[in-house]
Amino acid sequence: MPSPLPSFWKLGFVNNPNFHAGATFSNNSLFNGEQSDIWQDAAAIDTVLYTMTADLNTLLQQRQIQNPLMIGIHTGGVWIAQRLHTQLGLTQPLGYLDISFYRDDFTRVGIHPQVRPSSLPIGIDNRHVIVVDDVLATGRTIRAALNVLFDYGRPASVLLAILAERSGRELPIAPDVVGLRSALHRDIHLKLVGPTPLQLLCVHP
Amino acid sequence: MNSPYSQLDVRGKLKHFLTIDGLSRELLTDILDQADGFLSVAQQAVKKVPLCRGKVIANLFFENSTRTRTTFELAAKRLSADVLNLNISTSATAKGETLLDTLRNLEAMQVDLFVVRHATSGAAHFIAAHAAPHVSVINAGDGSHAHPTQAMLDMFTIRRHKPDFTQLRVAIVGDILHSRVARSQMLALKALGVPEIHVIAPRTLMPARVEEAFGVRVFHDLREGVRDADVVIMLRIQRERMNSALLPSAHEYFYLFGLTEKRLAGARPDAIVMHPGPINRGVEMDSQVADGSRSVILEQVSNGIAVRMAIMSMCLGTQNLRGQQQEAIAHGE
Repeated sequence: MPSPLPSFWKLGFVNNPNFHAGATFSNNSLFNGEQSDIWQDAAAIDTVLYTMTADLNTLLQQRQIQNPLMIGIHTGGVWIAQRLHTQLGLTQPLGYLDISFYRDDFTRVGIHPQVRPSSLPIGIDNRHVIVVDDVLATGRTIRAALNVLFDYGRPASVLLAILAERSGRELPIAPDVVGLRSALHRDIHLKLVGPTPLQLLCVHP
Repeated sequence: MNSPYSQLDVRGKLKHFLTIDGLSRELLTDILDQADGFLSVAQQAVKKVPLCRGKVIANLFFENSTRTRTTFELAAKRLSADVLNLNISTSATAKGETLLDTLRNLEAMQVDLFVVRHATSGAAHFIAAHAAPHVSVINAGDGSHAHPTQAMLDMFTIRRHKPDFTQLRVAIVGDILHSRVARSQMLALKALGVPEIHVIAPRTLMPARVEEAFGVRVFHDLREGVRDADVVIMLRIQRERMNSALLPSAHEYFYLFGLTEKRLAGARPDAIVMHPGPINRGVEMDSQVADGSRSVILEQVSNGIAVRMAIMSMCLGTQNLRGQQQEAIAHGE
């Protein structure tokens, strides 16, 4: 049965010029003097995560996928994946990916200072995989994550779940499930802090 | 700091890796943390990451080695670098080419990193001092001076079993006098904050004034030296020492300094036993100990690959930045 355009694509926060008018604080130790506002607080993110869980459930049913393997990308993606993993009641253990060794900017900026071990608890050959990350911007992280994944094996399919999708894509990569969406100036960054409470910050120079 | 072969670049990042001497605890910890990340590469179906694709690494081994050379080669290949293994004994050096000419020729082939092993102390420093500015050098053992990557893989193995260096008693047993491994280990243990380092050897194989030079305690009795140790590191006894009157015989050495289960009983119950390899069974240690539950000798070999991947990628990762930095300095910024 051909499914209509994905109903689970909800429009979040698009082109609202006032969206960073929230509570302003500057935390110099955290962001080197950059200003950051809370864009989405813990309660808002909780709501978004429940919506994402429902959307993922719908999508898994549509595709008739059972026992998917969920994999979070360090660090923010892991926090989101842990929540989705619990809320979906998945039985397979959660996997973790660090994409530092697959980044495309090694020759420009050198090795990433904080590499965490990747851990895929079970083989991914012929498995349906859900890759989870916090923010999708250029798409380069997901490109790297797919490369890591395929060095571990050949999954049957890969779905992409993203907490916040923003403008600025540089690669042909699109998410399957999205919590929030926003068009932002390229100098403005979204940053997830956590794991408790989870807050989505908007960092601008 | 600004000598031509300083190990660190202007931002304090690793450029060469020649000796542990002078490196901070932060930098050594950074290397160990990076190596943690590289461990998982061995679990992948494709045991390779594209980090150093397009880089050329030359293994320059002027002295024989199997384990060190193969783990360096494997580490470079897992980083997707191109590896040249130069068998120096059958190459141009044997035909009379000088070390510097060999170096210049390899530089002309756009080699980015040299891994150097040489029987003469200071050989890696010499090459680093004369290499082109964008080239990195890693010391894979020079004379009886240093073997820093071996020391770092030993530190990595220790940390995986005993996470807190500041609570440890470490015993190093064997030919301390000729051992570059022991020198690098003592420096690394000290830098990482190990409070008690015991070195145990016959009087003929103990360097003079090692207590003052390295801040260690000297023992000539194995049982006393390993008492309550958390880590026991055995060093290889080179057979040629037997002929130089430093040791009467292999049998006598084993009788006095060989590690047996009985002698190990004085160490802590959860002590680990290490050896850089290759082992002389029945000389440095009993087979029972080498193959026993406390032995982490084979783990050291696997860890060596991850640690060498970390050090190589840290050296290679800063090369472009160094270029930018030098340009900035040249332009007076």
